[in-house]
Amino acid sequence: MESCNCIEPQWPPDDLLMKYQYISDFFIALAYFSIPLELIYFVKKSAVFPYRWVLVQFGAFIVLCGATHLINLWTFTVHSRTVASVMTTAKVLTAAVSCITALMLVHIIPDLLSVKTRELFLKNKAAELDREMGLIRTQEETGRHVRMLTHEIRSTLDRHTILKTTLVELGRTLALEECALWMPTRTGLELQLSYTLRQQNPVGYTVPIHHPVINQVFSSNRAVKISPNCPVARLRPAGKYMPGEVVAVRVPLLHLSNFHINDWPELSTKRYALMVLMLPSDSARQWHVHELELVEVVADQVAVALSHAAILEESMRARDLLMEQNVALDLARREAETAIRARNDFLAVMNHEMRTPMHAIIALSSLLQETELTPEQRLMVETVLKSSNLLATLINDVLDLSRLEDGSLQLDLGTFNLYAVFREVLNLIKPIASVKKLHVSLNLAPDLPEYAVGDEKRLMQTILNIVGNAVKFSKEGSISITAFVAKLDTLRDSKAPEFLPVLSDNHFYLRVQVKDSGSGINPLDIPKLFTKFAQNQSTGTRNSGGSGLGLAICKRVSRMVTKGLLLHLGCDVTMVGSSDECLRLVSHEHKVVFMDICVPGIDSYGITIRIHEKFTKRHERPLLVALTGNTDKVTKENCMRAGMDGLILKPVSLDKMRSVLTDLLEHRVFFEAI
Amino acid sequence: MEVGQMQRRLVDYTKSLFMEGFLDAQFLQLQQLQDESNPDFVVEVVSLFFDDSEKLLNDLTMALDQPNVDFKKVDAHVHQLKGSSSSIGAQRVKNACIAFRSFCEEQNIDATLRCLQQVKQEYYLVKNKLETMLRLEQQIVAAGGSIPMIELGF
Repeated sequence: MESCNCIEPQWPPDDLLMKYQYISDFFIALAYFSIPLELIYFVKKSAVFPYRWVLVQFGAFIVLCGATHLINLWTFTVHSRTVASVMTTAKVLTAAVSCITALMLVHIIPDLLSVKTRELFLKNKAAELDREMGLIRTQEETGRHVRMLTHEIRSTLDRHTILKTTLVELGRTLALEECALWMPTRTGLELQLSYTLRQQNPVGYTVPIHHPVINQVFSSNRAVKISPNCPVARLRPAGKYMPGEVVAVRVPLLHLSNFHINDWPELSTKRYALMVLMLPSDSARQWHVHELELVEVVADQVAVALSHAAILEESMRARDLLMEQNVALDLARREAETAIRARNDFLAVMNHEMRTPMHAIIALSSLLQETELTPEQRLMVETVLKSSNLLATLINDVLDLSRLEDGSLQLDLGTFNLYAVFREVLNLIKPIASVKKLHVSLNLAPDLPEYAVGDEKRLMQTILNIVGNAVKFSKEGSISITAFVAKLDTLRDSKAPEFLPVLSDNHFYLRVQVKDSGSGINPLDIPKLFTKFAQNQSTGTRNSGGSGLGLAICKRVSRMVTKGLLLHLGCDVTMVGSSDECLRLVSHEHKVVFMDICVPGIDSYGITIRIHEKFTKRHERPLLVALTGNTDKVTKENCMRAGMDGLILKPVSLDKMRSVLTDLLEHRVFFEAI
Repeated sequence: MEVGQMQRRLVDYTKSLFMEGFLDAQFLQLQQLQDESNPDFVVEVVSLFFDDSEKLLNDLTMALDQPNVDFKKVDAHVHQLKGSSSSIGAQRVKNACIAFRSFCEEQNIDATLRCLQQVKQEYYLVKNKLETMLRLEQQIVAAGGSIPMIELGF
């Protein structure tokens, strides 16, 4: 026998047990080798596997185990030491790897388990998210529905269309069986079925408004589920099916009559309509929260749309009213214009008609004056004449004023020399002013334009009027006329609040100030100044202050002195020595005839009468003034009776003559107090 | 005599006339009426007065010389004289005329005759005075001076 290094197995290889062990080992090895292969295959397939190195480890472990079992196959028979050593190595390695793996598994298994839990958790989460997504989508869809509904509702301002559209869209969106709108009646005591979805023309079906269910719905702004047996919900004929759930919501109605913008109602109107929505009968559908919300939103939108429609209706009504008023006003204006025209025509005609008899009265009275009259008669005729003249002036004034009032006074616009106007006024006023020893000064501002566009005649009239008044009412002193361009801030006059000055490049405001040293106007009368027919206004005093005063005097020394006085005062003087000369020379150019009535040989009264005869027109006749030293009343009365216009006592001083002339020219009469 | 002195003499003279009552304020009025446009006004008026008065006085004398005195006519004349004398400010003449007129009303011949004398006397006096004054004025003007304005305190 040779000695070999072979190791003999303990048991004979033919032993049955050994055989089974051999087969098992073989299959184990097979399995152990295939497992890693499977692992590799499946890991490769799956993209995600975090523990690759674990697999490697495990694979190594398995492979080694397989190797061990495989090598074990050789140990069943006689095997050499090499095989045994290989076996041992394999076993050792396997042992090592197994231990390491076991140790590692302690780590890994909890991890793997937690992975599982996490996976479960995530799955739950995913499911939840899915649900939520579903909800959001539903909501978003609802929102889209609402927007679309709103758009449909708001796309029209017609009440009927709004409501009909609402019902249709709601019905579509929510897949309703029936949708109805109950409107409050005019009395407010009942609700009337106004619109339905399915029925075309709902019969005027009413329900009393004071129903607990209705009150409940009205008291809240939420959509409320109501019982299908409620009177408002009985919209369908009772069928065999179970009626679907019904929801009702209030729709606030805006009630406007005449826009009261200030108390804009915050739904304190408390008028509501009722919208009833019914789900399909035989479905098990229930009202979802989001559906209810949709309904509420729609109800609000409808309310808004309805209020818009109401406002539109109201404004249309107001506009129609305004148009009516416009038409009426236009008519009234035209009527007023016609009336004014008629009045003007009437005035013009009347004016003419009034003037004719007026003239007759004046003419005949003048003629009467020249005839033989008793002094009383003469006085009466004088009064008649004076009154008629006044009346004639008044008639003129009335016509002028009325034309000025209603603006039919046309302004004659043209370019004119402004400076020349003032100079002219000055020239016209100077003679009278110098007679009264008044000093007149004119001050034109340097920035006053020389030429202006306007009504020259009227401007001069106005200025002359004011300046004339200044001269008339000043007994002495000076008068100053200042003209300048008025600046805007100085134009505001508290006494004329309706005057609103406007700035313009092409226009300027001319301010003319006339200052006099006269008696002035009572401050209480100032407001009345420019109102017609006010008491203190002098009407009808039309005195043209001529530039020359003619006088005829009849006595030597006193004649001379009187002439001297008059010459000194700036008058033109004609001296005559006899009655005939006087009558021959006297003309309408002479304004005053001074007669010394106590001169023998001169019949002053005769001259008076003859002069009255000669000048039939009163305004052409010179004033007849008697000069006398006689201080008795009889003389005065005689003079008056004879028809004289004045009496002065001699001696006449310069001042006296001045004031006499002024008074004469103003009042056409002067009887010195005796 | 130089101008200033002449002027002073004139002023004093005129003042004395006023003081003594020969002239009154009316004369001042006359002087006021004299200006550049009327340089000889006073002279003219005074001359006229003289002429008129002479005539009137003659008429009066004749009228009162009649056996049947027509007092109306006399009164008329005196009235005229009174008028013109008051017009130029011959105060004393005027006063005499007033007295004259009242006697005329009474138709008292003696008294009226006496008044006539009175009036004549006054007239000649004032005539004299006025002529002197005017002569003085002429001299001043001839010497190249101007007639001074009288300012009186009354």
